[in-house]
Amino acid sequence: MNRPRFRWHILVFLAPAVLVYTAVMIFPLFNTLRLALYTEIDQSRVFVGLQNFQTLFFDPIWSEQFWNALGNNFWFFLIHMLVQNPIGIALAALLSHPRLRFAALYRSAIFIPTILSFVIVGFAWKLILSPIWGIAPSMLDAVGLKSLFAPWLGKEEYALTTLALVSVWQFVGIPMMLIYAALLTIPEEILEAGEIDGITGTAAFWKIKLPLILPSIGIISILTFVGNFNAFDLIYASQGALAGPDFSTDILGTFMYRTFFGFQLQLGDPHMGSAIAGAMFAIILVGVCIYLFGIQTRMRRYQL
Amino acid sequence: MNKARHNPLNMVAMHGALILYTLIALFPVFVILINSFKSRRAIFREPLALPNADSFSMIGYETVMKQGDFFLYFQNSMIVTVASLSFILLFGAMAAYALSEYQFKGNLIMGLYLALGIMIPIRIGTVAILEMMVATGLVNSLWALILVYTAQGLPLAVFILSEFMRQVSDDLKNAGRIDGLSEYTIFFRLVLPLVRPAMATVAVFNMIPIWNDLWFPLILAPAEETKTLTLGSQVFIGQFVTDWNAVLSALSMAILPVLVLYVIFSRQLIRGITSGAVK
Repeated sequence: MNRPRFRWHILVFLAPAVLVYTAVMIFPLFNTLRLALYTEIDQSRVFVGLQNFQTLFFDPIWSEQFWNALGNNFWFFLIHMLVQNPIGIALAALLSHPRLRFAALYRSAIFIPTILSFVIVGFAWKLILSPIWGIAPSMLDAVGLKSLFAPWLGKEEYALTTLALVSVWQFVGIPMMLIYAALLTIPEEILEAGEIDGITGTAAFWKIKLPLILPSIGIISILTFVGNFNAFDLIYASQGALAGPDFSTDILGTFMYRTFFGFQLQLGDPHMGSAIAGAMFAIILVGVCIYLFGIQTRMRRYQL
Repeated sequence: MNKARHNPLNMVAMHGALILYTLIALFPVFVILINSFKSRRAIFREPLALPNADSFSMIGYETVMKQGDFFLYFQNSMIVTVASLSFILLFGAMAAYALSEYQFKGNLIMGLYLALGIMIPIRIGTVAILEMMVATGLVNSLWALILVYTAQGLPLAVFILSEFMRQVSDDLKNAGRIDGLSEYTIFFRLVLPLVRPAMATVAVFNMIPIWNDLWFPLILAPAEETKTLTLGSQVFIGQFVTDWNAVLSALSMAILPVLVLYVIFSRQLIRGITSGAVK
């Protein structure tokens, strides 16, 4: 019958974090999902079930914007996966070379864009690519490629890809650092064993190192996915809330911002905004689940 | 040592590739910084030249100082970042200690609950956060931002710190208990000083995203007196699109504090990332 007395200190230690986290993160998250099921009629909130989602997916006015933003977002993500992560891995492979000098210097310099805010990055590239200032065309001219120049950010067909590449430029430091860390944990004995079998240089990278760092590549892929599907700042800073030209750079983040906050003549609609947030939540959840259950558990891990 | 892996030609190629990428990474920052010290004419005539006696001009900085309240923005950013980091570290360490030190019912569930937020971005809940801040009157106050960033930073902080707290020796804590120290004293006097390196890692991880965030300042605190430096420079640059001197100077002024912080903390940051804290 000697029940241990209640350990108050555990509650005291947990309470602040749990309260703030629940009140400011978890509760609003579910409240947003709940708001997506309502609409405003004559200034009062009315429950409408899944009607907002129906509007979002099938009403031509909304669905055209939604599918456009979603498609753009996938393209944005694809460019990150195809350009940012391979460059990051290649840089990390070079940096982790045991006899490379100045490795710390390169590493710190290449990481600098990652610490800059989107506002700086967006405007800096906007100025550099601007045909008015002419840095980009004159540099292309210097290597004899002037004919390739176009006002990339102003053309519908190039703007999104250009911005994705700017974002790649900014964030390449993150995969570089994570892969670099993973490469450092590979024991020297394994590489030496490979060397005895005649596997050196690039072959050693493809046959020994790459399989060993696959789990880290999985992590950077899911980080890239989550980051890209709630991206907003770069597009907003360089193209504005309208994600011009003609919505060609619109992604889910800018679409949600415009919808719930309003812009110029359109009034903000928190309920449709919540519906878009709900769609984003579902997409991110599906991505994270595919990673956790589909990829992470099947990936072969080697004990080092 | 083993010569098979090291061939001088390869080394040159590797340095070549790294130097090329370093130039790509630094070029835009460099162009912005040098042009911010030039006269308008020089900016357009020779954008890639360094400022010299002839082209040197501070006109852009003068405009920025006159028009935008950059010191206020800077101060706001400092308050928000420092306050959020303090709360993340204090609350995060307390929760991490509770989870790693004590066996209690619901320990595992609580850990998983707090870990949910690592993968789900807080921005998804923006609509309800704004509604809540309006209802509580916190909108357009720095508190709104501090609360949001604290909530956003806690999950990863708890996760990283509890990993480290598991490594603190039980003997030390038990010795404290035998000496009659309370659980609170053990935590603040014995455990916290030992996990200081992990706290520094958490701090640098959270610092940059908080300082650079545009989304929440734009939505929760867009008033003139609560603008952060990121939002302030965004709005300022938007207004002065045609005044190239002012735009370039404002950009440089936004770059410099981050660069200084980076130079101070880069070793910590890189060590934090490479210690595999994100696993």
